[in-house]
Amino acid sequence: MPILAATGRDRIARSEGGSGSGEEENPARVTDVAVRLVQLTKRFGGDTTGKRVATYVDGAKADDTFLAVDHIDLEVRDGEFFSLLGPSGCGKTTTLRMIGGFEQPTSGLIELKGEDVSWLPAYQRNVNTVFQNYALFPHLTVFENVAFGLRRRKVADADIKQRVGDMLELVELPGYERRKPGQLSGGQAQRVALARALVNKPAVLLLDEPLGALDLKLRKQMQVELKRIQQEVRITFIYVTHDQEEAMTMSDRIAVMNKGKYEQLGDPEVLYERPQTRFVAGFLGVSNLLRATPDGPVDGYAVYRLADATAVRVPQQLVQGESGPVAIGVRPEKIRLSEAKADVAPGLNRLAGVISDASYLGVSTQYIVSLAGGGSVTVYEQNVERATKSELWTAGESVQLTWVPEHSFVVADEGSASNAAQEDLS
Amino acid sequence: MTTATTTYAGTRTRTPVGRRLGRGIGRRLLPGFTALAIGYLLIPIVVMILFSFNDYQGKFNFIWNGFTLKAWEAPLAWPGLPDALKLSLTIAALSTLFATLLGTMIGLALTRYQFRGRGLINGLIFLPMASPEIVLGASLLTLFINISLGAGITPPGLGFLPKTALSLGFTTILIAHIMFNISYVVVTVKARLSGFDRRLEEAAMDLGANEWTTFWKVTFPLIFPGILAAALLAFSLSIDDFVITNFVSGTSLTFPMWVYSVIRNALPAQINVIGSAIFLVAVGGVALATLIQGRAPRFSR
Repeated sequence: MPILAATGRDRIARSEGGSGSGEEENPARVTDVAVRLVQLTKRFGGDTTGKRVATYVDGAKADDTFLAVDHIDLEVRDGEFFSLLGPSGCGKTTTLRMIGGFEQPTSGLIELKGEDVSWLPAYQRNVNTVFQNYALFPHLTVFENVAFGLRRRKVADADIKQRVGDMLELVELPGYERRKPGQLSGGQAQRVALARALVNKPAVLLLDEPLGALDLKLRKQMQVELKRIQQEVRITFIYVTHDQEEAMTMSDRIAVMNKGKYEQLGDPEVLYERPQTRFVAGFLGVSNLLRATPDGPVDGYAVYRLADATAVRVPQQLVQGESGPVAIGVRPEKIRLSEAKADVAPGLNRLAGVISDASYLGVSTQYIVSLAGGGSVTVYEQNVERATKSELWTAGESVQLTWVPEHSFVVADEGSASNAAQEDLS
Repeated sequence: MTTATTTYAGTRTRTPVGRRLGRGIGRRLLPGFTALAIGYLLIPIVVMILFSFNDYQGKFNFIWNGFTLKAWEAPLAWPGLPDALKLSLTIAALSTLFATLLGTMIGLALTRYQFRGRGLINGLIFLPMASPEIVLGASLLTLFINISLGAGITPPGLGFLPKTALSLGFTTILIAHIMFNISYVVVTVKARLSGFDRRLEEAAMDLGANEWTTFWKVTFPLIFPGILAAALLAFSLSIDDFVITNFVSGTSLTFPMWVYSVIRNALPAQINVIGSAIFLVAVGGVALATLIQGRAPRFSR
């Protein structure tokens, strides 16, 4: 650690001395990439952070180490709303804290607008953070909280007044200048925290589960608000959350993280429609996963056999080259239910089953269907064709399940010991 | 079923009476007990203040003999009293300053950083508070004499001091007072720091404040009430100390020692006057601290 620290100081000296000349040498580095992470790694423990490992990992001892972030390569584009999504302990917050400068990387690089900031202290990075519990300064007024960053940069008083006023306008809290943080509600404190960060016009705004402490209704409202503000100020947002719905609502792109790496990176639609791993399929929304073995291609379709030898077809281009057992996925709302003996259009995937549970949810009805070949799947049916109690399917009825092959996805079956065909991690 | 009902009914009739009786006792006696307890705490102070206005006869201010302002008009009118008071105030001010400075830094280090021996230091900090003063006084005297006479042990690193540097007097009293005050400051400051949200400091750095600015703009204002309380405690401990001071003062006289020395021949009302004055200043200080504490924001949010 001391050796790394010395190197870090050298780098600070160098980058302070000639950030301008660095750009001349390397004009290609000035791109539309806001943040680039190169093989970014954080290992806790092995030094004074050892105690924290014990709090992160069950049963860990103080001298154990814990790989929180595992060689991440990532590019966040300028002006986008980017989310790091994953369960607790997946490394998303550690990644964010390293970008912010609150955590030193064990190895790897962090570039901000083409400039290496890996070893710069937080106060020399052109990023600002909205903290999980806001971290407003309790001894300062709302005005002084928002003005804090500007005062550090010795902005003229008149200018500060103007910009703080504008910013409070943007977050819809004009007239709150003289309040103390203790006199604000959770939602208001959240807005002040946002204003305090945005007023500095950072290259990137980091948000660490900022809506976690708000109630559901306020959270939904703030999601829309955040998206509006982001589009208004056009600053790159990097948003950390464990709430998949929140990430889907706001993000341009999402990286789904698990165990220190991201498993898939893409638009919300792509992540939902074409998850590439079992984890992503389960973490975003509800997935029905059916274990199957490949049985050769037919007419541009890959054919798979389920446990009871039922054939399921998936377009060849959706297969990622998995060999051996796979899981065929299909989202609950893509499946149509029909009577067991009814004719169905050719070309659809078809399974037989018995309704085992029906829950009326208003906008849709959720059915759990036991498959003839074992396991069960979840089906959501919009309450359009069938809406009243007598029309809905009831438990014990035999049904046919059909879906378009194009609505399937294929993920590697990671030897899950669970023999349930259906997996619902959400 | 019937039995249960009977029991229930029986309980029902008895309980409210018992409860009402208990409540009645509480309502009548609690204020009385409270007054007694508070009176017990305050009577010595009341007597001290009262007798500072006593028009006593002879040398000893023991018997009430009528009201007068004589002593308050000439509060320092005894040989040796002005010097002793001056010495006590100087020692108290300086020891408070150094002990608060050092103690705050130790408190910060102990709550902020993980380092080898942290637990040990945490425990050792309590030792001066837990040790009998007479033990500390005797051992300090032994230590100072050894250093100043050049005989016996010289603590490592202090060999460069001139042999007269630690002759008993002002310096040794100051060193002793700083020593016993530090523990109290550390404990008080640590209590305030334990609830401190480190994210506030991260937020300050995130907004462009370096370590120095972060400390003065965020950390210090938020822990200031704790530091102030620690300083007040240190001051009152120092100005009051007799046992340790008596060992290490040589020929110097602090106010408590002066009181002790004159009391064999006389008990002037001036002692009560100075005592009352110190008490009033202390009460003022505590009131001020309470006011600041009360206005100090909580750490959350």
